Amino acid sequence: MKLILHIWRQKNPSAPGKMMRYPMDNLSHEMSVLEMLDVLNEQLIVKGERPVTFEHDCREGICGSCGFMINGVAHGPMPATTVCQLTLRHFKDGEEVYLEPWRAHAFPILKDLMVNRSALDRIIAAGGYISVPTGSAPDGNTIPVGKGDADRSMDAAACIGCGACVAACPNASAALFTGAKIAHLGLLPQGQPERNKRALKMVAQVTRELFGSCSNIGECEAVCPKEIRLEAIARMNRDFLAGSWTER
Amino acid sequence: MKLDSKIPSGPIQEKWDRARFEMKLVNPANKRKYNIIVVGSGLAGGAAAASFGELGYNVKCFCYQDSPRRAHSIAAQGGINAAKNYQNDGDSIYRLFYDTVKGGDFRAREANVYRLAQISVNIIDQCVAQGVPFAREYGGTLSNRSFGGAQVSRTFYARGQTGQQLLLGAYQALMRQVDSGSVTMFPRTEMVDLVVVDGRARGIVTRNLISGKIESHVADAVVLGTGGYGNVFYLSTNAKGSNATAIWRAYKRGALFANPCFTQIHPTCIPVSGDYQSKLTLMSESLRNDGRIWVPLAKGDTRPPMQIPENERDYYLERRYPAFGNLVPRDIASRAAKQVCDEGHGVGSTGLGVYLDFSDAIQRLGNSVVADRYGNLFKMYERITGDNPYEVPMRIFPAIHYTMGGLWVDYQLQSTIPGLFVIGEANFSDHGANRLGASALMQGLSDGYFVLPYTIGNYLAAARPDGLDANHAQFREAEENVNRITQRLLAANGQRTVDSFHRELGKILWDYCGMARNAEGLRLALGKIRELREEYWKNVLVGGEAEDLNQSLERAGRVADYFELAELLVTDALARNESCGGHFREEFQTPEGEALRDDANYSYVAAWEYKGPNQEPELHKEPLEFEHVHPSQRSYK
Repeated sequence: MKLILHIWRQKNPSAPGKMMRYPMDNLSHEMSVLEMLDVLNEQLIVKGERPVTFEHDCREGICGSCGFMINGVAHGPMPATTVCQLTLRHFKDGEEVYLEPWRAHAFPILKDLMVNRSALDRIIAAGGYISVPTGSAPDGNTIPVGKGDADRSMDAAACIGCGACVAACPNASAALFTGAKIAHLGLLPQGQPERNKRALKMVAQVTRELFGSCSNIGECEAVCPKEIRLEAIARMNRDFLAGSWTER
Repeated sequence: MKLDSKIPSGPIQEKWDRARFEMKLVNPANKRKYNIIVVGSGLAGGAAAASFGELGYNVKCFCYQDSPRRAHSIAAQGGINAAKNYQNDGDSIYRLFYDTVKGGDFRAREANVYRLAQISVNIIDQCVAQGVPFAREYGGTLSNRSFGGAQVSRTFYARGQTGQQLLLGAYQALMRQVDSGSVTMFPRTEMVDLVVVDGRARGIVTRNLISGKIESHVADAVVLGTGGYGNVFYLSTNAKGSNATAIWRAYKRGALFANPCFTQIHPTCIPVSGDYQSKLTLMSESLRNDGRIWVPLAKGDTRPPMQIPENERDYYLERRYPAFGNLVPRDIASRAAKQVCDEGHGVGSTGLGVYLDFSDAIQRLGNSVVADRYGNLFKMYERITGDNPYEVPMRIFPAIHYTMGGLWVDYQLQSTIPGLFVIGEANFSDHGANRLGASALMQGLSDGYFVLPYTIGNYLAAARPDGLDANHAQFREAEENVNRITQRLLAANGQRTVDSFHRELGKILWDYCGMARNAEGLRLALGKIRELREEYWKNVLVGGEAEDLNQSLERAGRVADYFELAELLVTDALARNESCGGHFREEFQTPEGEALRDDANYSYVAAWEYKGPNQEPELHKEPLEFEHVHPSQRSYK
């Protein structure tokens, strides 16, 4: 099959970028979008041109490295699918396909389709954990966790930190990402002692990173490859509010 | 060189206790004066870096990914073993120890494995306390399942994402230390050389993957938790970035490399679909609990599977292994698949695939029960292949998954270079010739949380901080060495891309040193690898510049190391004239075609010493003694 790619090319963070056109031929339906870029890059290298820089690693949808906008949608047209698992059978022969990096103030572009998402690490460092030094844990079964709570906690913990939620949000808000961690830990008994403080600290970091505010649009939920629910944001708001009253 | 495994004396149950007592301690007030470098941020490296930070050491942690949360431990699906015996079904530390030694086909150290089984219970406690959302029963207790053919239910899991959840636990502990200032993270930074000063590991040289800058980092001890080398085969279930450069360059600086030929092939992966294929995706082994594996009886039968009547199918595992059927261990299931495909019964466009059929299970249990058990896996399969496994049998084929071999370490996890410690998949220590399911996560966390924080203290207590800095001649020499390699790669400016070489190298290894090996093939492979390596240095086309974000150059350095590692892998396979675990030599099999171990002559760890470029490496042997688990032949008939 054939596709006509339009890819954002930008040499470094300070250089201006632009869309470049790359017609691709002899593609297979079974290829992933990233494998198509591999093929393109092999051709570019042989021609002496600069290959397209894009981030990727596990290529099975779990590491969260990959991700870019495809025709304006984070991770492309298939729900619950990262670009590494998105195969070309979801595109029409001859289709024009636009690939652009995540765009958010807090995610500066490094090169082509690669952005810097270290702000997400700093949000976790601010409080996205349970403080338990190695060796000071009680026996696992002394902390019973109801199956419902464990399951909902796991739903939120499935976040892969890819940043699609931020890229999809018109406000470039990190509310779904932050809420997912707050929900994961806050739903478990182990997470209670630090629950409100955690929300305060993490939200403060989100603000410092200049992510936008959440205005309940829901684009984040629509593109999340792990189907994290908006409910996570509600949990964040609730813990934040409780913390604002109780923590001093 | 005499290999001293430093196994403590005394009964096996008391060895670790005794070792912990005998180890020297670092005064708490002095810990901040010691610098430790940890390379890799997966289960082993991340857990170690976080634990060192909590103890008060100064830690620098490096990873090539943009965040430590992306290390490839994240992709582990099935679970983590622990001898908790929560299910009251007869499990114990001794049984986990026994199963692991036997599963490793009697090529692992008993003392290490026993310690691993002991620590397994602490790991679960630690992870629960961190907030890992393990599966639970309705009453709130932890849920277990049986995995990988074990007769007890000792596997803890978090859906099909256990590795992800355990890694996030370690990552969060690590980020807590980053926030407190005890650990400094260096993401997007690749270790490209080890620096040895006066016989001790004293630092590393790194390449900043964004700027291309080469930098030196000094420390009192260096820890490598950089994972396995499965990507030497090009196609594997590893992440694309997983590489062997850190351990390989440490090998070239004097660390011995043990059992490189022990590689594990996983039987249930999605088959290759074309030349562009970049990696292979694993489908959880649990699918074999209800799926039936078959191929058409007639060679080259291209009819759609549902049109092939029952009597024209060969359920070859059920036929050959009536007792275990589709649940035989990984190595046996993989080899059998290769055999039927080699004979021309393979399915799919490439002929390299077998069917994994759920129609009987669906008939017996109904769609909803099957969906409950395997729904997410079926979805993943459909996402990748476009086929619906509820209607059409899956196609699967074996793929490289894990490497049991790695840098040689003693009981303290120290390599043959003092001050260089190696943990997780990067070392060779606990899995022998074959790793059991749900044991990799256990080993990574055991090394990182509970073994190395003690043993590294023992080393540091005897090594006073001496104010060494990166201007030392050895650092300069290492930086020059790295620059030389880069310049040579860029200067070749040939005709072929890095990937095209890597793909060809992987194919040679897969064909001659994959699921089945023989002396003739291995000798042939050695020649082919050398030839290709020569061409590589003359004809590779990297492009771009050294001091820039250059992904082609990153790969070029790694592939240069794979060429050398491939040679050692084949050399080791050729030297081990027996079949055991993941290493199957066709010359050494029983009349029924099963692996034939040679305990009289090969009950040892093969540790290879680098002797210089184009020199034969030297083999050192660490004999293995079995006091508790007596070697027997595995039988699954």
